[in-house]
Amino acid sequence: MSAEDVPGVASPDVGVSAEAAGRLAGTVPEPGVRKPDPLLVLDRVTRSFGGLTAVRVDHLEVQRGTITALIGPNGAGKTTLFNIVSGFDRADSGRWSFAGHPLTGRPAHRVARQGLVRTFQLTRVLARLTVRENLMLAADGQHGERLLPAVMRPLWRGQERETGRRADELIERFRLQGVRDDFAGTLSGGQRKLLEMARALMARPIMVLLDEPMAGVNPVLTQSLLRHMAELRDEGLTVCFVEHDMDVVMGVSDWVAVMADGRLVAEGPPHTIGQNPAVVDAYLGKRHDEPGTAGDPGPTGSGDARAIGDEE
Amino acid sequence: MDFEVIVSDALRSGIGPIAAVYALAAMGLNLHFGYTGLLNFGQVGFMLVGAYGLAVTVVTYGGAMWLGVLGGLACAVVLALLLGVPTLRLRADYLAITTIAAGETLRLFYRSSWAEPVTGGVYGLQRFANDFYDLNPIPRGSYGVWLVSFDARDLWVLTVGWGLVAVVGALLALLVHSPWGRVVRAVRDDETAARSLGKNVYAYKMQSLVLGGVIGAVAGMLQAIQVQSVSPDTFDPAVTFFLYTLLVLGGAGRILGPVVGSILFWFLLTFLDSALRQAIEAGYVSSELISTSEVGAVRFALVGLTLILLIVFRPQGLLGNRKEMMLSER
Repeated sequence: MSAEDVPGVASPDVGVSAEAAGRLAGTVPEPGVRKPDPLLVLDRVTRSFGGLTAVRVDHLEVQRGTITALIGPNGAGKTTLFNIVSGFDRADSGRWSFAGHPLTGRPAHRVARQGLVRTFQLTRVLARLTVRENLMLAADGQHGERLLPAVMRPLWRGQERETGRRADELIERFRLQGVRDDFAGTLSGGQRKLLEMARALMARPIMVLLDEPMAGVNPVLTQSLLRHMAELRDEGLTVCFVEHDMDVVMGVSDWVAVMADGRLVAEGPPHTIGQNPAVVDAYLGKRHDEPGTAGDPGPTGSGDARAIGDEE
Repeated sequence: MDFEVIVSDALRSGIGPIAAVYALAAMGLNLHFGYTGLLNFGQVGFMLVGAYGLAVTVVTYGGAMWLGVLGGLACAVVLALLLGVPTLRLRADYLAITTIAAGETLRLFYRSSWAEPVTGGVYGLQRFANDFYDLNPIPRGSYGVWLVSFDARDLWVLTVGWGLVAVVGALLALLVHSPWGRVVRAVRDDETAARSLGKNVYAYKMQSLVLGGVIGAVAGMLQAIQVQSVSPDTFDPAVTFFLYTLLVLGGAGRILGPVVGSILFWFLLTFLDSALRQAIEAGYVSSELISTSEVGAVRFALVGLTLILLIVFRPQGLLGNRKEMMLSER
């Protein structure tokens, strides 16, 4: 059974692919559940800042070839978890592995070279590099990046041409042709988001971690970004993204993991998440005096996801 | 007032050996500051260890001059590693603090009486570049065009100096326009982003620090060779600030920025010096206002004023791109 069978959850254009959802068919929607083919596996990862425990995840697996949304209210520890996995922060304890290789404590650049590439909540474009240079920089295994070969142009000229060709393809795909040779620092907020996503792809990742790719982005661009994500998934890439707005999540993700107070409180296909009492607690605060509230997804639930679909 | 003398003095200085020395040192600094974003405030320290590496090898230990040159380069590499290992993982300002302190510590160390048997202390070391002058192919005599002329000795230093500038400039141009240069510029713009794309930021910063430091050491050696003498107090912190001045003047993050900056800096400085002296002698400027002995200080004040005006009206320097420059102010 795929999430498309549930009326009004997925916006038709972005679409949850039956194939991707099929990979997770039969997976029990409970926190820490094992996946059939996990790409990223986290075990007992904790991180505290002073007295505050920001992350305390017992077990989390991300299924290969799917879009997994990591949601939760502000301060739930989503970004901290991303930072730990991508090597930008240290965990106090725990182990995690990626595509079968242990990743625990690896520095950020090594993580990226393994094929796990992230983006940032506040975009980080290289302001004084052109859009094309931003992309070309991200290419992996460039011979000309070593000091001695760098001065011997014939050694890397061919590879550089190929890198440029790939960059141009991505520029076209993300509709950045108009600003190709502009300094990235002159781009608008939305263009920066597109550039960052394109740049992550230039590194030929196996999996991308997108930290709030839709934050501060207008609805039209949000749809476009979502469509890009779905396309990438259909091309075989594994996507994991952080989002605290549930509406955005519903349409595109194959699986949703919910964090609150540093813990993983729920997991499941998107349509089940809105009804999950743990999620409602996390978003609206604990209040169990009325049994009915647990079933009502409330203002952040699937009702709004339908509204976004209607805009198309 | 004799304008010919003023222009002649200024031109001599602007294309003279000292301008080549400063251009070279600033090229190293440009790699640090202009391309990699490393705030090195101790470039003079690299010049010092380069010059002393040469002088100590030849004078104190009786080594050959080419060995001294290698010694000077090796000292610069060691200094860069010593500075870089603890600070390059930290925020940019820590490198600035460390380098400015290191430059001054080195000067005090080399002039100390404890180090005198090796470094010559406050007296420094002399006559270590005879091999260099023996290589001079230019016949004795004076050579000149228009208002400027140099003797064979100066012309030899000059040729080698600007030759080095050309070689280093070509090398740097190749480097910064390569994928290596792209990574380094990315590090300058946003270290975190570069790291997230699989670049080992620490290694690139270290390479840049070593390479720029070695170029600084070459400049230090050239300076020492030119006067056949090293003394610790020629390497005071002000040198680094002159280097920054001419780098900003020419345009940071441009290959020719330091070259244009250095020529112009020395031209202006000498022009002002010469013009002021002439004006005082001719009575255009009352000697009660500025006496001849104060000219040295006044010219620096005027250069400072020029720099302020430049920063206000052309912050990107002569060769820089204003649009690009403004983007760096995140």
